[in-house]
Amino acid sequence: MRRPAVFKFRLYTADDTQNSAQALANITALCRTYLADRHEIEVVDVFREPQRALADGIRLTPTLVKLAPAPIQTIVGTLSQTQRVLQMLGLEAATT
Amino acid sequence: MRSARSALAKAPTKVPTGISGFDAITGGGLPRGRTTLLLGGPGSGKTIFALQFVVHGAKDCDEPGIFVAFEETSARLVANFEGFGWNLAQLRRKKLFFMDAKPVPEIAQSGDFDLSGMLAGLGAQAKEMKARRIVFDALDIVLALLPDPAAKRREVYRLHEWLLSQGLTGLITSKASGDEVSSLDQNPFGFMQFMVDCAVILNHRVALGVSQRNLRVQKYRGSSFDENESPFVIGSSGFDVAIARMLGPLDIDVTNERVSSGVKRLDTMLGGGYYRGASVLITGFPGTAKTTLSGAFAEAACRRGEHTVIVSLDSDGAEVIRNLGSVGIRLARHVKSGCLRILSARTITGSAESLLVRIKALAKQHRARCLVIDPVSSLFRAGNELTAHGVAERLIDWSKADGITLLCTSLVDEMSGNKHVGTQLQISSLADTWIHLNYLVQAGERNRGMSIMKSRGTAHSNQVRELILSDAGVTLADIYTAGGEVLMGTLRFEKESAERVANEIAEVAAKLKRVTLDAEAAVLEVRAKSLQTELVAKQAEKILLTRTTESQELELARGRSRMRELRGADRAFTRRKGA
Repeated sequence: MRRPAVFKFRLYTADDTQNSAQALANITALCRTYLADRHEIEVVDVFREPQRALADGIRLTPTLVKLAPAPIQTIVGTLSQTQRVLQMLGLEAATT
Repeated sequence: MRSARSALAKAPTKVPTGISGFDAITGGGLPRGRTTLLLGGPGSGKTIFALQFVVHGAKDCDEPGIFVAFEETSARLVANFEGFGWNLAQLRRKKLFFMDAKPVPEIAQSGDFDLSGMLAGLGAQAKEMKARRIVFDALDIVLALLPDPAAKRREVYRLHEWLLSQGLTGLITSKASGDEVSSLDQNPFGFMQFMVDCAVILNHRVALGVSQRNLRVQKYRGSSFDENESPFVIGSSGFDVAIARMLGPLDIDVTNERVSSGVKRLDTMLGGGYYRGASVLITGFPGTAKTTLSGAFAEAACRRGEHTVIVSLDSDGAEVIRNLGSVGIRLARHVKSGCLRILSARTITGSAESLLVRIKALAKQHRARCLVIDPVSSLFRAGNELTAHGVAERLIDWSKADGITLLCTSLVDEMSGNKHVGTQLQISSLADTWIHLNYLVQAGERNRGMSIMKSRGTAHSNQVRELILSDAGVTLADIYTAGGEVLMGTLRFEKESAERVANEIAEVAAKLKRVTLDAEAAVLEVRAKSLQTELVAKQAEKILLTRTTESQELELARGRSRMRELRGADRAFTRRKGA
């Protein structure tokens, strides 16, 4: 395995809004395709944990935070443009 | 959700903003539990308005507030607004919460998103601090990140629904280019304007180099409001909206108290002086002693110990004191004692509105009871044509409401002549007492004439008086009319002395006549007496004559009978003779 690093994601979602559901679906699909067996996704529902969202500075949902590997990255939105998300996560080079 | 909304319907309907003027325009403030949209161009004062709204709630109304800042960081906001004396740092601890929601450039974006995250956090925060007010400052910034108009509308709608469900009184500010309100229909805010319960538009324009800020309430569901544009200024303590007229009845304590004009004769003419709390207008050409009359009024007020403010718009404070000193009006000591404040506003540039705010602030600080503005026509300087009238109106309204006796002078353009004595500002109709000063050029002299054009609630003299300035002060003199002409100055003096001489001559002549008559009467009396005496003598003479005749006859008769006796005449003869 050339990239042993495990990707840790945290996805802030808002209840079951369409955007949040889409984002969760997108990131799950993306991880399954590109990061099989080396990813963790934590889902934080801002409605269930509003104080946490507030403390973490989450203003917009859905927000995906890549906690590891460094650097920490934040992506806002449904993550629908897969190529763009991969690019932002630095995964593009590895796959092509 | 439903229960929260229905409960709100019963609550008091308006939330005071603490912005003087705005609450008056809207009859109490922003709609409680509803959303208000505040639109305006860059630098139009949206953030100040919004911040003042939450600060007032937190500070004075026991209504904690949340300020969501999309444009500036909270640290910068606090620093920027420290100057207003709002003490944000202290309020932040408990009653004021700033949420930094400025989009960070590092955040990448992919696809659609929504504001649910923020609203969830805000909801928790609002619950915890029992917030009643919330501001979303510069919502346009975050909406600009949304990919399409449909998404923008959706988020605006989400926000609106959230506000209603929370029962918070919301204020959303957003940029709008200039005052082209019609163009707003094209963007999400057009749609927002229809959705919200209250919309306020701020604009900031520059006319002939003078900055002019205006506020207009565009809509207010379920409430009446002043629909006109109202000028406002951002002063040292925040927003100050000028209000032209109160919506409700204007109840002012009316008093019959009189205050001296500082000129004895003028007080007499006015039936005791100006009314306390009245507004007095003195109009006149340049140099007709308007400033002197206003100075006399100020000095009289200071002598009574009343705090007084003189706002000189055409000369320096020291100049005013010196110039008035030359006609016996000594103001320096009152300045020293703190009774009098002179604000020289000659060099102050800016709108008439901002000047009014300064005057109001100074009067309030000084607790002024009398106020002199000399000349109020200076408000009319370039760039202020449109607003000066409104400012003058509000000046009078305000001074009345505060019970301040206001004296304004106003310059009349010499070229316009006598036909348009009314001031450019047209405040002559609002003023309670209007005194006009005029020149009369005659026999190589210019003399000052003073007349009372009107004085509400006062029987006043309708005669023109001559105004005489001397180092002893201001006096008024009667004028003469001769052959339909008014005489003043030397001519009046000549006329006066001529009249004096004529009077003296007439007096002497009368005396002479009286003496002559006395003498004649005496002569007649003497004659009457001598005639009387003569009459008595004649009467005596007449009596004497009668008596003499009688006694002679008696003697004669006696003599005859005696002779008869002596002759021894018979009876028959005697009887016959006796018969």
